[in-house]
Amino acid sequence: MITATDLRLTFGEGTPLENPALRGMSLTVNQGEFVTVIGSNGAGKSTFLNALAGEVLVDSGKILVDNIDVTKLPTHKRTSRVARVFQDPLAGTCEGLSIEENLALAIKRGKRRGLGTAVKKQYLERFRSSLATLGLGLENRLTDKMGLLSGGQRQAVSLLMASLTPSSILLLDEHTAALDPKTASFVLELTQNIIAEQKLTALMVTHSMKQALEVGTRTVMLHQGEVVFDIAGKDREGLEVKDLLNLFEQQRGLTVDDDSLLLG
Amino acid sequence: MLSNIAFYGALETGLIYGLVAFGIYLSFRVLDFPDLTVDGSFPLGAAVAAMLIISGWNPWLATGAAILAGMAAGAVTALLNVKLKILNLLASILTMIALYSINLRIMGRPNVALLMEDTVLTPWYELGLEYHQVPVLLFTLVIGVSLFLLWRFMKSETGLAMRATGANARMARAQGIATGGMIILGVAVSNGLVGLAGALFAQSQGAADVTMGVGVIVIGLASLIGGEAVITPTSVFRALLACVVGAIIYRLAIAFALNADALGLKAQDLNLITAVLVTLAIVLPGARVSLMNKFKRRKA
Repeated sequence: MITATDLRLTFGEGTPLENPALRGMSLTVNQGEFVTVIGSNGAGKSTFLNALAGEVLVDSGKILVDNIDVTKLPTHKRTSRVARVFQDPLAGTCEGLSIEENLALAIKRGKRRGLGTAVKKQYLERFRSSLATLGLGLENRLTDKMGLLSGGQRQAVSLLMASLTPSSILLLDEHTAALDPKTASFVLELTQNIIAEQKLTALMVTHSMKQALEVGTRTVMLHQGEVVFDIAGKDREGLEVKDLLNLFEQQRGLTVDDDSLLLG
Repeated sequence: MLSNIAFYGALETGLIYGLVAFGIYLSFRVLDFPDLTVDGSFPLGAAVAAMLIISGWNPWLATGAAILAGMAAGAVTALLNVKLKILNLLASILTMIALYSINLRIMGRPNVALLMEDTVLTPWYELGLEYHQVPVLLFTLVIGVSLFLLWRFMKSETGLAMRATGANARMARAQGIATGGMIILGVAVSNGLVGLAGALFAQSQGAADVTMGVGVIVIGLASLIGGEAVITPTSVFRALLACVVGAIIYRLAIAFALNADALGLKAQDLNLITAVLVTLAIVLPGARVSLMNKFKRRKA
């Protein structure tokens, strides 16, 4: 379970480029939920994910993962609980290392690393069987360099790496956005399968409202660093993109009014 | 042609600079950390070993102390970068400059002779080999052991974490790797190897000198890049082997250049030759590819 309470973060505070990215963001994600996060550019989606992962530290607020306060912990100290797949397919893996070496890095995520051989023989069978589930034939290419793989293949492996060891939450940062449509749907399907099979708790940022409604169990919309609406269960069933836009208009209407007051 | 002595001499220094190339491989290639500390940690290793040997230490213990001193120097550079956020290149230059004073302090004078002292080489002279073959034998053993240990380390969990840190720090952090710690460890080990090279160099040359570090970084880079041009570093083992081969080729090339009377080169031209060799080593592999492409196009 993840509990974020009143997160606030301003980039470049006190400068002309001051940018309040998070303005009192609060969200609780329960065990086993698959939350999709939408919002326009600059809504704070990526910052929120980075704050959960530890890549940025918030100015104020509290982040609890499984009731443990991680607010001040750097990224590498959160990884025993937080797994992540990046938007850039090249960012989640090391191209200079082989496929098995990348997986060996992931199998030790959040654990102590010693002087024993990294790619142990007893891992190989597990690597092969997990790679086989991708259906890309990668199980026969364990010693190939990661750089030889396509973006889609690398993103699929990134996903596998994130789910190789248990985590309290899986963060997916628009992880299909940089892929071609066919590969994107393959990776999305893979995501759903892995999350369902391993009963993972996940938070997926997406640009596509359609995708946000089709995938997952709950949808959250962010705007200007806050949660504007949060729908799950019955309310979410049968909802279409235009309903979502209406919801957004209703919410944003208030701020537009505020703006017109100011401008008027 | 090279005389026997010049040939073994080139091998001997080549093997020592192979250790430097290991260090530079660790910093420049594995960690992507351009580290100039080596120009200071090489004479530091020499100074520490020389002073301890003079004061009666066992030469192997003195060499061990030189390794530790080199590691400390590397750790300082890495800490300046990781903790104080100073640009890596600049951090290493600061340590290098500081080491110049420290080395003078350690030795108390610009150079220390080891002519009548027992060194790590002394017992080996009793084996009955030719005089100039002894250092080659011992240093081959040292570099062989170092290569094996480094290779095993690179294949270990920690070594893999270090390689990931240099290749993709963001991914490394996401896998729970303390990237700052890896940089400190890696740069320390790198300079420990250079300290070892300095200590062996002082013992084989019979002196430690405060200026002996000038250009070590360039020679190390020349060895690394030259070696990579000969042995494509497709694996860690090949990359390490390339360091040794590159260092030996480099020293042999220098020896040939200085011995070929027709070229008219003298010892003072050493740095110029080095610069030319490094440039060639960087440019030639690329030129070879483009030449081959041109050739293929013409055929097609």
